[in-house]
Amino acid sequence: MSDERTPDSPSGDDDHGGTAVRREGPLFGVLAEFDTPGELIDAARKVRAAGYTEFDCYSPFPVHGIDEAMGIRRTILPVIIFLGGFAGTVGGLVLQWWCNAYNWPWNISGKPAWSIPANVPIGFETTILLAVFTSFFGMWIANKLPQVWHPFFRAERFNHITDDAFLIGIEVRDRRFDGEATPKLLADAGAISVERVHFDPSPAVRVMPKWITAFIVASTAFALIPFAVAAKARTSHSTEPHIHIFPDMDFQPKYKSDQAMDLFGDGRENRGEIAGTVARGSLDADDLFFRGIEHAPDGDSWTTKFPARLTINDQLMKRGKNRFEIYCTPCHGYDGRGMGAVPTRVAAGGGAWQARNLVDAGNPVVIHMPNGQLFNTISNGYNTMMGYAAQIPHADRWAIVLYVRALQRSQNAGLDDVPADHRSGMQMPEAPQ
Amino acid sequence: MSTADATMDSHHAEAGKAREAFRAVTRDVAWVAEAPRPHKAWLAALAVSLVLLAIGLYSIYVLVTTGIGVWGNSNTVCWAWDITNFVWWIGIGHAGTLISAVLYLTRQTWRVSINRSAEAMTIFAVMCAGLFPLLHTGRPWFAWWMIPHPNDMQMWPQFRSPLMWDVFAVTTYMLTSILFWYMGMVPDLATFRDRCAARGDKLRAIIYGAVALGWRGSARQWHRYERAYLILAGLATPLVFSVHSVVSFDFATSQLPGWHTTIFPPYFVAGAIFSGFAMVFTLLIPARHLFNLKHIIKDEHVEAACKIMLATGMMVGLAYATEFFIAWYSGNMFEGFTFINRAFGPFWWAYFLMVGCNVLVPQAFWFKKVRRTPIAIFCLCLLINVGMWFERFVIIATSLARSFLPAQWSYYTPTRYDVGLFIGTLGLFFTLFLLFFRYAPVIAISEVKGAMPEAHAGKKHQP
Repeated sequence: MSDERTPDSPSGDDDHGGTAVRREGPLFGVLAEFDTPGELIDAARKVRAAGYTEFDCYSPFPVHGIDEAMGIRRTILPVIIFLGGFAGTVGGLVLQWWCNAYNWPWNISGKPAWSIPANVPIGFETTILLAVFTSFFGMWIANKLPQVWHPFFRAERFNHITDDAFLIGIEVRDRRFDGEATPKLLADAGAISVERVHFDPSPAVRVMPKWITAFIVASTAFALIPFAVAAKARTSHSTEPHIHIFPDMDFQPKYKSDQAMDLFGDGRENRGEIAGTVARGSLDADDLFFRGIEHAPDGDSWTTKFPARLTINDQLMKRGKNRFEIYCTPCHGYDGRGMGAVPTRVAAGGGAWQARNLVDAGNPVVIHMPNGQLFNTISNGYNTMMGYAAQIPHADRWAIVLYVRALQRSQNAGLDDVPADHRSGMQMPEAPQ
Repeated sequence: MSTADATMDSHHAEAGKAREAFRAVTRDVAWVAEAPRPHKAWLAALAVSLVLLAIGLYSIYVLVTTGIGVWGNSNTVCWAWDITNFVWWIGIGHAGTLISAVLYLTRQTWRVSINRSAEAMTIFAVMCAGLFPLLHTGRPWFAWWMIPHPNDMQMWPQFRSPLMWDVFAVTTYMLTSILFWYMGMVPDLATFRDRCAARGDKLRAIIYGAVALGWRGSARQWHRYERAYLILAGLATPLVFSVHSVVSFDFATSQLPGWHTTIFPPYFVAGAIFSGFAMVFTLLIPARHLFNLKHIIKDEHVEAACKIMLATGMMVGLAYATEFFIAWYSGNMFEGFTFINRAFGPFWWAYFLMVGCNVLVPQAFWFKKVRRTPIAIFCLCLLINVGMWFERFVIIATSLARSFLPAQWSYYTPTRYDVGLFIGTLGLFFTLFLLFFRYAPVIAISEVKGAMPEAHAGKKHQP
């Protein structure tokens, strides 16, 4: 033992013993070293029997039997860990319920928003996670760690407790501590050496260094900044767009429709069609069918015929009736006399407006209108009537023209129109207005 | 000389021997970290690992800047190497927890020689595993969406999805493994701290001292420490079974033939333990040779692990057989087709590689001579690692490549970036493991000492 502080001189001049003069602070406690784990247990038992409480045994590994010898009570850590785990179970289940079943119920394949089996795995994992955190941090807190400044670290032999040393340390704060009796008790218990351990002479060493305090304060303050920003954002309004930390594909270096652009002379991003451009399949060269215009050497005119590609038959007539009743009757009425649902409603409101009477024999403009012009009117509209080109395909417009012709004839029919063998027994209705 | 003096002398001799034995353990573990220059083999291995890691980083760079399209995944085989590697790495991690927790609870003292490196292996393996689903999302910077938090998107995670269960299971596993590993290491870091302080290596003493948290090895501290450690082991044990069960739910809860099966959770857990032990000994057999740890990681310990591999290997074999039996017994034509296709379809080579490595290779462990020949064990462990990788590949790729609609059928070929990322995770794993081996206490010093007969020296009533 190189140590000069032996049990033989318990009150020896620590400050002046040996060759190296070392200034010391107040006494913290005594450390006694023992040879084997067994002797450590025996000595611990004696120290405890002598009534000491503020003492501890130090060893490189947990010595079995020492807890009983020292009278260490079982730690309540398991209870705390159980509570931690329980909080994890409840927290995990409530989290899932609140998110998926309460705050934002989310239908996934018609399955219940809250069903225990599907929520067990995460509830289990949160249980384990919180129990693990509680055991880990609970252990450090119970052991008052981290504590890198313990005064016993100043003793040279103390640095061997992680290697091969078995020590008992009795601290001065124990009410039975006595500068002479305590070291003697340890020596009698079989210590191979007893050492007095003092605080560091410099009080500055006994407190946490300022820079550590500063670091903790500064990092805590910095850690609060994001929360402060979030809290501010929740209570204030801003017209600025969101902060995009990862803009992803929200903002792309490309031009979208109707943006300004320097590249072209007109300053527009949009490039319109070049004049005369025709989309594939949209040439529509047959003017008779697509526009109702007939070409002749003496000039163009509205056709009075129907396009050759249409077969005039009962089926086309029925198609025309069907389309007419969908698109035309709201204004022109089922009989074509111009008193459909809309004008009726206008009249009910006290107004006076009616659509063109398509079958008026007294003012037979429409009756005398060529088929092509009628087709053109359906396509492009007339006065307040809008064009139906976008809604009604060409062939259907022709079918409507056909049905209008039928209406004009049927609404102005006379006895002459009835076949001779059907005339007997017929009565003429009152002439239409 | 009186008899009393003679007793004292023999006592001092016994005590001296016990202390010397404790010192020897400390020295034998600490010398690796204290050697002024690392071993040449260590440097060479680190260089190779760093090259692999660089390949991986390049693959990740290309992947993230270009997109998932650089992989061989397609609409049909939408999960391939990425998920294969994920499951493989997670499985490897499980042996670490098993060795440290389950063997601790069952008081298998032989675990103390290998538990520290096994736990380290767990953490590094889970880190590698976590990379794959993260990168597979395509936009890993949105991974935080998986954390439930109030947000302006009005969006909560879908907690009823097995993929979300995965997030919680793997995160919990990662954190638990780290805390368990670190907690076990603190007394040994304190040993390192004290040795560095004694040598006058002030910088290292401060670093090790900071991470040792001022550990004093006091009986009161040990009491709480042991209690907490026991509970951590008790928590880690169900956790390890839950994690791989949850990973298997990713497949089992789907409706794809070949995945939709209740056998998956136990089957995956057995496979995980199997592959994990294989990986532990792939690492430890060279390491104990390189760092002269044969008297701590003894031949008996290796032999015990070989028996575990034999047992789990046969469990895996039983699972393969059961799958085929059920495919036939269920009378379901899709199941039947899937398994016939698995063995004789386009991926037949992968299937037979898997059966050969996982079922046939471990049969060699029936022979004591094999269990006592390190080089043979090392080679067999390597083959088991290969086999277990192919097990996951076979499950994932063959089932997807031939699903319900023949019009969807396709074949899977990996690209260089698939391979590069896999190689990169191997590099990451070995780099971390080598750094750990050089700078951390690779053996649980305090636990080894506590398990030695000398730990009871001087006790009046020998236990």
